[in-house]
Amino acid sequence: MNNSIDRREFLTRAGLTLAVAATSSSLKVFAISPAATGSEIFSPGPWLQITPDNQVTILLCKSEMGQGIHTAIPMIVADELEAEWGQVRTEMAPVLPEYADPRINQHGTFGSMSLRNMYLPLRNLGAAGREILVEAAAQKWSVPVSQCEAIQGKVQHQPSGRSFTFGELVEEASALPVPENPRLKEKSEFKLMGTPVARRDIPAKVQGKAKYGLDTFVPGMLYGVVARPPAYGANLTSYDERAAKQVEGVRHVVRFDRGVGICADTLQAAWKGRQALDSKWDRGIDPNMSTASVEKALADGLEKPGREDRNDEGVPSALRQADKRVLADYFLPYLSHAIMEPMNATAHVQADQCDVWAPTQSQTGVQRAAASITGMKQEEIKVHTPYLGGGYGGRGATEGVQEAVTLSKATGRPIKVVWTREEDIKYEAYRPGYAHRIEASLDEQGQVTSWTHKVVGGASRGPGGGGGLRSLQYEVQNLKSESVSLDKPIPTRPWRAPGGSHFGFTVESFMDELAHAANQDPVEFRLRHLEHDSRHHKVVELVAEKAGWSKPLTRGEGRGIATYYSHGSYVSEVAEVSVDRNTGVIKIHRIVCAVDCGPVVNPDTLEAQMSGAITMGWSAALQEKVEFADGGVKSSNYSDYHLLRMSDAPEVEVHMMESDAAIGGGGEPSLPPIAPAVANAVFAATGVRIRTLPLTPARVLAALRQG
Amino acid sequence: MPDSFTLNINGKAHTVQVDGDVPLLWVIRETLQLTGTKFGCGIAQCGACTVHVDGQPMRSCQLQVSRVVGREITTIEGIREDHAVKQAWIDVQVPQCGYCQSGQIMSAVALVEKNSNPSEEEIIAAMEGNLCRCGTYMRIKRAIRQAAQEVRNS
Repeated sequence: MNNSIDRREFLTRAGLTLAVAATSSSLKVFAISPAATGSEIFSPGPWLQITPDNQVTILLCKSEMGQGIHTAIPMIVADELEAEWGQVRTEMAPVLPEYADPRINQHGTFGSMSLRNMYLPLRNLGAAGREILVEAAAQKWSVPVSQCEAIQGKVQHQPSGRSFTFGELVEEASALPVPENPRLKEKSEFKLMGTPVARRDIPAKVQGKAKYGLDTFVPGMLYGVVARPPAYGANLTSYDERAAKQVEGVRHVVRFDRGVGICADTLQAAWKGRQALDSKWDRGIDPNMSTASVEKALADGLEKPGREDRNDEGVPSALRQADKRVLADYFLPYLSHAIMEPMNATAHVQADQCDVWAPTQSQTGVQRAAASITGMKQEEIKVHTPYLGGGYGGRGATEGVQEAVTLSKATGRPIKVVWTREEDIKYEAYRPGYAHRIEASLDEQGQVTSWTHKVVGGASRGPGGGGGLRSLQYEVQNLKSESVSLDKPIPTRPWRAPGGSHFGFTVESFMDELAHAANQDPVEFRLRHLEHDSRHHKVVELVAEKAGWSKPLTRGEGRGIATYYSHGSYVSEVAEVSVDRNTGVIKIHRIVCAVDCGPVVNPDTLEAQMSGAITMGWSAALQEKVEFADGGVKSSNYSDYHLLRMSDAPEVEVHMMESDAAIGGGGEPSLPPIAPAVANAVFAATGVRIRTLPLTPARVLAALRQG
Repeated sequence: MPDSFTLNINGKAHTVQVDGDVPLLWVIRETLQLTGTKFGCGIAQCGACTVHVDGQPMRSCQLQVSRVVGREITTIEGIREDHAVKQAWIDVQVPQCGYCQSGQIMSAVALVEKNSNPSEEEIIAAMEGNLCRCGTYMRIKRAIRQAAQEVRNS
């Protein structure tokens, strides 16, 4: 478990303390003394401390939600520092500007950005530490630096074999200047990076000892639940405060902007109090909104003029001169994050302090939310980050924090707000639903000469991710892209690969349609539209080779390919499927995935992230869909919002194509290709093209019957 | 008014003052603060709250506390740390976020203790009620096969 360390305690420890100040153009490592006040020292960046007890401490500004970042960050620093893995520990950094992710100036874990933003700063931090320790040892022995080497937590004097531990060197080291350009290790010198180091959070998770947000207990704490409007924008018309207060254990009833809060000694009492409260609401701002009306609005949007994101002047003439024109519409539903740990937060607001315990992907967002409610300064909000029982973008949410802080402020008690699964499905913010219309022209050689793309949906309220299509991953000269917003009151939020989850499906389904229109093999067709010898080209070739793309399949089976670049990484996937023509059930026989994300820090974690995002993407593509009714959300629990179970989980094989390019993200980029790879494989197996997700048996069956 | 119940959890007697209709899950988690057992759905759809009652895997969100008095209740904390299933879970590096894994492990322990050579179908039948949003199913299967092998060899 990584506890949040107190800033004062950290800075006053004896030892060598280093921090990186990283801007977009430079990286500089600084030594920090307890008296240091220089402003550059307080630029955001990762921190490292080596103490006389021979402990190496690395501060973390990233949340652990299963992606292994609390292992990857110390791996990078320890490797460059040449520390022994066992002497390295980590603590959550105080949520203050100087400990933040230097590229985003925030404490937040999203966008598959952690390693993309931190890899080089972390390597420089470790390398600077190594060089200072070697220098300190050389001075202590009065020998040339060139005779000294850092090896596994010690500096050795090669000719004599003498050595000092890092801890024995920190006093001298802390008086030395920090090297301007520390030498980073060659790849051949890595001892940890590139190896499958066991994740540090796993033993506690296996033993049931890992603490998640919901496992927070604060002395004197009450449980908080909230009665919220059943429909979007509905106003409270009546509630029975007295009845709620008569429930044994109910202590407070608090009316606030999000509804009516009930604070009680136990969760059961709070829930009974909410029932007794019998809150009544009006019908909201779009009372007739239903799944059908949302779907109709998306389809209607395709006929409306959009906001142009790009409009190349060659598009009309390319369409006129086309040998073939292809047009298709695609539809994607709203998706729930459906995170296994429901929304929760604990807060304790006191006169001069506010503590918040939240499983959050955005500590900075938690601070902002709590600061605006309490009137305190952002840095006065102490954020404690337990393990996150899932994230996927959904934990940027601060609704639970807002409720806990409001109720704690009103009652003076620490409050733990717990959402039930039903509340979590109904009151969260979703991956938006989308409609896409794409038209392209092909020349006689089967090359794409123009691409026109309209997107309906997206961020109607809040960030949903995606926006318009500003560029294509393929070499297409004439591009027109426009987006139409959807006038619905449904809140949206990034959901694992926010843009790729819909552009991946539509662009890669359409590329498949174009390949068939051009009478070309789908792999060949893609390769012909990618720069030769580019990373993307090679990843497509690799996946085709590993999948045995040209080898014959058993009768009735089909193979589909899709490829997508996102978060700095290239991922191509091939699916082998068969379809039961009587039931419409798609059976996945095999998924082959190839990835180029540049350097690989931990191959075992990368494999887990690749196959995990593929599994989550297949869960969504197969059966996930948020249903609406009566102006609100109808979906309620895992009984009607179905997640993939073991029997439908595909076997995934992951092939990594390491490169020296800038490091890419790992958490999201394998999600976009899975839905189109499967849909393309369904087409290969059946000749039926399905352009609407999810690919439920009922939809597949209907499509098969239509032929 | 709350009643007094004495529960046998992980071989220890715990006396709690709660209403008899409170689900065992909440008594374990909030009253006794044995937080390894997780709340996921409250309607026996996800398996995160799985515990053993007299050796059988059961969803503790569906068990009223008054019904389990005198029965042998085991939670994730009560499975010995070097159990073949837990060891396999670590070797295979199964968990991602880990939230569902206590329930997964409780289902898997019950399976391999009953059947140390489960087929693919038997593994799926035993594990189908346990959801994992991170998508660790492939590694769960691998870990169960490894643990079963360990049990067979011992």
